[in-house]
Amino acid sequence: MTNKDFLKLEGKKQGLSMDKIMTIFCYVALITVVILPCFMIIYYTFWDGTKIDFEMFKSVLVQKENLAAMKNTMIIAVIATAFATLVGVFFAWLLGRSDIPLKGFMKFLFSIPFMIPPFLAAMSWDMMFSGRGGYVNKLLMSVFNLANAPLNINSILGIIIIEVVYYFPFVYMQVVSALERMDPTLEESARIAGASQLYVIRKITLPLTIPAISSGMLLVLITSLSNYGIPSMVGYSKGIFTLPTMIVELMNRSGGSFTGIREAAALSIVLFIVVAIALLLQRHLLTHGRYDIIKGKSMRPMLIKLRGAKYPLLIFSLAFLTLIVIAPIVMIILVSFNRAYGLPFTRENMTFIHYINVFTKNAMVKDSVKNSLFLAFSAGTICLILGTMLAYVIYKVKPRGGTLLEMLAVLPYSLPGTVMSIGCILAWSGAFFGISLYNTIWIILVAYVARYLSYVLKSSSAALQQVHPSLEEAARSCGASHYDALKDVTLPLIKPAMLSGFFLVFLPCMRELTTSILLYGPKSRTLGVAIYQLRTNGQINQASALSVITILLIIIMNNLVKYITRDRRKY
Amino acid sequence: MNKIELKNITVRYGDHTVLENFSLNVEPGQILGIVGPSGCGKTTVVRAICGFLDPQEGTVVINGNVMYDKARRINVTPEKRHLGVVFQDYAVWPHLTVYENTAYPLKKHGMKKDELRPQVEEALRLVNMSNYANYMPSQLSGGQQQRVAIARALTSSQDLLIMDEPITNLDAKLREQMLVEIRLLQEKLGTTIIYITHDQEAAMQLCDKIVIMQPDGSIAQIGTDEEIITHPANRFVFSFVGVSNFLPVKKVDEKLYLDYDEKIFYSDAVPEDWPKGKDIADMGIRPMDIVFDDEAPVKARIVSATFFGNIYSYFIDIAGHEYRVQRITAGNEEDEKYAEGVVTGIRFLSCKYFEREAKK
Repeated sequence: MTNKDFLKLEGKKQGLSMDKIMTIFCYVALITVVILPCFMIIYYTFWDGTKIDFEMFKSVLVQKENLAAMKNTMIIAVIATAFATLVGVFFAWLLGRSDIPLKGFMKFLFSIPFMIPPFLAAMSWDMMFSGRGGYVNKLLMSVFNLANAPLNINSILGIIIIEVVYYFPFVYMQVVSALERMDPTLEESARIAGASQLYVIRKITLPLTIPAISSGMLLVLITSLSNYGIPSMVGYSKGIFTLPTMIVELMNRSGGSFTGIREAAALSIVLFIVVAIALLLQRHLLTHGRYDIIKGKSMRPMLIKLRGAKYPLLIFSLAFLTLIVIAPIVMIILVSFNRAYGLPFTRENMTFIHYINVFTKNAMVKDSVKNSLFLAFSAGTICLILGTMLAYVIYKVKPRGGTLLEMLAVLPYSLPGTVMSIGCILAWSGAFFGISLYNTIWIILVAYVARYLSYVLKSSSAALQQVHPSLEEAARSCGASHYDALKDVTLPLIKPAMLSGFFLVFLPCMRELTTSILLYGPKSRTLGVAIYQLRTNGQINQASALSVITILLIIIMNNLVKYITRDRRKY
Repeated sequence: MNKIELKNITVRYGDHTVLENFSLNVEPGQILGIVGPSGCGKTTVVRAICGFLDPQEGTVVINGNVMYDKARRINVTPEKRHLGVVFQDYAVWPHLTVYENTAYPLKKHGMKKDELRPQVEEALRLVNMSNYANYMPSQLSGGQQQRVAIARALTSSQDLLIMDEPITNLDAKLREQMLVEIRLLQEKLGTTIIYITHDQEAAMQLCDKIVIMQPDGSIAQIGTDEEIITHPANRFVFSFVGVSNFLPVKKVDEKLYLDYDEKIFYSDAVPEDWPKGKDIADMGIRPMDIVFDDEAPVKARIVSATFFGNIYSYFIDIAGHEYRVQRITAGNEEDEKYAEGVVTGIRFLSCKYFEREAKK
């Protein structure tokens, strides 16, 4: 019997299927953006050009400056984490379990630190509390007739304070959701058995939320260890370095010399090891520290009556939140309208001139807005495509080594931004195939894609796992090719998740500093870099004006996302 | 000509062999049921037919065209096999309306929007869903979604439908109704249907022919419902198609004894289906085929008696082993006579003999 399909298909079978092409593409992409930079850091650290060399690494380890940076990093991270945890748990309990009024308003305030980049917050704190020049310091000194500034933010203590107020919402978020998901009968039965309120908190509530507390704690620890913005904004002028700022400093000092770059690479490895230990701890806790008693379903817990303590606690909370959330923003806004930094905020000192100047007189700023928009949009789009493809390959094609792909895609997210940037510089300054992206906008784009790829991967894979394989198979049996099935069924079903993935990348790119401060060139400054440089050049008013615009942009984008991704579950 | 021919299909997942040398022919214009316990490889068979998996060995021929041949490296993609498939979880696309779902196969076969309208409407009419054309699937009940899935399979192919547990997710009443509707549809269109289920009763009600698969993925028996009930090919089929008792028996000098510690004589005629060359065997018997007879040599004690309206269900004890017995309600003092604790004689009506299974 003749078989028309037979003739048509015999030769075709040799070709690559779409799944295979996508798998190979994912491997190539990840090797390029992840493996090469990581490899180059190790290569530079342990290869002196002719032989394997451990001496340089050892000498970097014992250098006085570096030791100080390590010590600072540790002190800041540990103390900031401890206090951020205390504050976070306190507010989580207050808002999750007590009958304190104005909860909605306070919850809104907690979400603000997530929107403002840390270096902007640090800049604002610097304006308020820097030695004798800070506005709040000056105010306090004149009111109380003090000879010395009450708080000098340009110190390790200052860095710790900013990190605490900036990071405690991490702990708060984790703990409050655990509290909301906890079965209220667990506490109620203890009360019925005759336990006092405090006893219940100490012996029931707290132990049950320990996994949430510790995972929030480690999140703060990791973020603090790899943070660049805060220590560089307030510590640099006083010569206080942490590992990330020290790496950048070494890189800047090197001026491109081989030894200098090698030292920066070596220090990157040190930072990476420190962060990796924290990450391993976190993974261990996430897999071993789960209690089943915390249900996925949201239940209405019994609220604890604060009685007489209610209003004092409310006033305290509002005052605290005002200081840490509202005051920095107000400060930046005020300075942006102030004729010259340091002048009192009187009516005649108010002006729009900085807003006008920043856009008309400053080519760098105009470039930076354009660059940041371009970078955020391109990185968002590339991550959207690559991340969704990765999710499809990992969860639907399931090739051999799928877990490896996933690990590779998530790795840069765990790497400190500084380390990733050093890797990018080493890999893309002509080391491979003579490709040199150094000093161009493309090297920043590559770094952004690597850093934020996992955001899209996470949102797309969560959505893909909801798409049952039979939906795609049904399309195939209805006459759709593999490509048609993807286009007609799978992609439309995960479109909302892909869109929110895009914005999850877009937003952090808009306000990024850590990566771009190492990678920018004369024509490729980003918004973050522009603000940072305006401030370093002493144009603090213009820096503030640009900050206000950045914050507005972020808030507008954020609401746009909420509007686009709002409950669109028509099916 | 056979509609579908499967020849020597072998499917392995890693070290686990699901199908080994599996062959099956499907004749045109009938409903063929593939029945077997969960995990026996029924779904693997249809996935191999549809092209959703590539067997390690074997050939798949549909309508005389080779769709898959390992040796000749032929593998026709699923979309070119021209089948209609109904999935267990319906797999109705949630982002398309009922009409769009049903029209999709025609669109993929290259029909214009206005050309395909009559066919889509006809398919929806066949499954009684004409009034729901513009609904989204989330607005429909499970049964309605199932009808959409069938309508979509029909626009894909009126010639050959594959249904993988299509009614398992529906409630009992709806199941009954869907079975009747599938039957009517088949009679109207002459479609060949392969119907996969683990529910042997539904299969017997619906199918012209039934394939019974064993847990190891091999075919135990192919036949009509009557053949399978009256002539089960082996012990597995016997126990799979209904409630069954197995009693150990022994042949001594052409006489049959129940093979307990104490041998109990019950028959002196060795039946034809006694396993050849064996002294011991297992007697398979349905609860209805064990009858109470005070004269019979085998004695049993009634452990429990439950009344179900038209039948009585008993558990009886023979030499320390429990078996199930059913009796049609007689409506007289006979019913009361066999109460719990009573010892009575029992006789075996029709029974089957199978080789003794090794004790597990």
